[in-house]
Amino acid sequence: MGKYTVRRLVIALPSLLGISLILFVLLALAPGDPFGELATNSNIPPEIREALRVKFGIDDPILIRYVRWLIAMLHGDWGFSFASRINVDQLILQRVPTTLFVVGSSQILALAIALPVGVYAAMRPYSIFDQIANTMAFIGFSLPTFFTGLLLILIFSVNLGWLPFVYRADIAATGWQWYWESFKQAIMPVAVLGLFQAASYTRYVRSAVLDVIRLDYVTTARSKGLNEAKVIIKHVVRNALIPVVTLVALQMPAVFGGAIVTEQIFRIPGIGSLLITAILANDTPVIMAVTFVFACLVVVFNLMADIIYGWLDPRISYR
Amino acid sequence: MAVASVVILAALTSAVLLGPFIWRVPINEIDFTARLSAPGWQHPFGTDDLGQDLLARMLYGGRISLAVGFAAMVVAIIAGTLIGAISGISRGSVDAVLMWITDLFLALPQLPLLLLVIYLFRDFLKNLVGPEGGVFILIVLVIGAFRWMPVARLVRAQFLSLREKEFVEAARALGATTPRLVVRHILPNSLGPVIVAGTIDVAAAIIAESTLSFLGLGFPPDIPTWGRLLFDAKDYLDIAPHWALFAGAAIFLTVLAINFIGDGLRDALDPRKVM
Repeated sequence: MGKYTVRRLVIALPSLLGISLILFVLLALAPGDPFGELATNSNIPPEIREALRVKFGIDDPILIRYVRWLIAMLHGDWGFSFASRINVDQLILQRVPTTLFVVGSSQILALAIALPVGVYAAMRPYSIFDQIANTMAFIGFSLPTFFTGLLLILIFSVNLGWLPFVYRADIAATGWQWYWESFKQAIMPVAVLGLFQAASYTRYVRSAVLDVIRLDYVTTARSKGLNEAKVIIKHVVRNALIPVVTLVALQMPAVFGGAIVTEQIFRIPGIGSLLITAILANDTPVIMAVTFVFACLVVVFNLMADIIYGWLDPRISYR
Repeated sequence: MAVASVVILAALTSAVLLGPFIWRVPINEIDFTARLSAPGWQHPFGTDDLGQDLLARMLYGGRISLAVGFAAMVVAIIAGTLIGAISGISRGSVDAVLMWITDLFLALPQLPLLLLVIYLFRDFLKNLVGPEGGVFILIVLVIGAFRWMPVARLVRAQFLSLREKEFVEAARALGATTPRLVVRHILPNSLGPVIVAGTIDVAAAIIAESTLSFLGLGFPPDIPTWGRLLFDAKDYLDIAPHWALFAGAAIFLTVLAINFIGDGLRDALDPRKVM
């Protein structure tokens, strides 16, 4: 298991390098001078502009610039935000926990809905429950997150007035009050993201369980006299989860995309809304860094999926 | 379900194609006396904060949203089929490299990169082909460039199995060259799953375009796509909910219909019926 984990880690590195290369090439191919914000300022005389160009090495060959950029990123030197006037890494570190909290709880919610519903639907295929679940799933993943977000705001904040529609990082309360307020403001964003993911996961779980449930070893388990709950949980679900883990990992880019939208709707101070603000403010260092952080998060989640894989099916880690 | 969805989608498509010829209200006629009015006889879908007719704007925006969806699907399918076919017919290192690139693209965070690319290249294309066309080309290309991977994998898998079939061997024995084998014999037989994937890609592309517009980074403000309408409407949710509801419902209906059609196609084309 340990050896397997290390091997997956080693495989993850080239994809991170590939992503960083794509990012850098995109930036280099872009017309204009994205880092020239300071250099093209008319208050700065031409000599200083030249000195700045030399200092940042803008006229060097692209490969040298890439290596230098990569080394700087690895050293934690992520640049300086033009708009906020603080270091990019500080800015991002302030925001990442919020995003991880929202994304993490929405994934837990999604799996908590999708697993039971999908398994139950697959146990009775084409029953009324299955058909209702299937239709709901279709509606669920056809509803874009930005629309469900607005709908929830309209119903629960505007009409009923139950929930706040602006997410605040600085709640002026202590103790239980603080937890209650944080919980209340997290309900809508987590529900929007979680229900959207739950819809597609339900379909994955259902078809994965359907593939497994008719295999001979399940019949064997039943004929040994195990009760149905044990057969389903210990024998069927564990094996059905293997493809589901893959599909969930493949969904991670979409999940973080959804997080950007939800953060924007509910004004959550996470890295998604930071990205949008940075784009609107032409704040290139922040944009690059946030995109790279998103890429890293996706790779990390894929890595976790690989490790869960090895735990679910021990044969994989021995290969 | 799939048949009903085809009817709904056809109705929506013909509405946005023919609608502007019947409902002849200009999309940018500003009328402050009818500001934010609710749906009524004068304005069936109500008006926005400048008193512009929402039905006309919806019809116009629908054209763009649907056009982006279909065009991006075409881009994704062409790129995916090309890469999948090359990778499926050539063994060894070409195949390995292409599949590594495919996996890499699958692991990319798509929305942040979409935003990044649009941020970096928007002004350049705007100067090249004008604001409307430039953004259209950019959005279609970029959405297509992030949606080809499933198609490439499907095509490659089909190629790997079809390549060993008897009819391909027979054609090769008759002296067919590799390009002819691919184009005449293997490719037509591998398109079934591609059609299904392409259908679902249309829905994904429509959602992607609406998302961009909703974030305020898609088409320019004077071009009312469905996502843009939602973006503008979100600040008036309390006084003019109809504004957001119609645009959102249009996106939802279109995407739902396309997803149902894709599902129906999959059932129809899949010989391995469940149960």
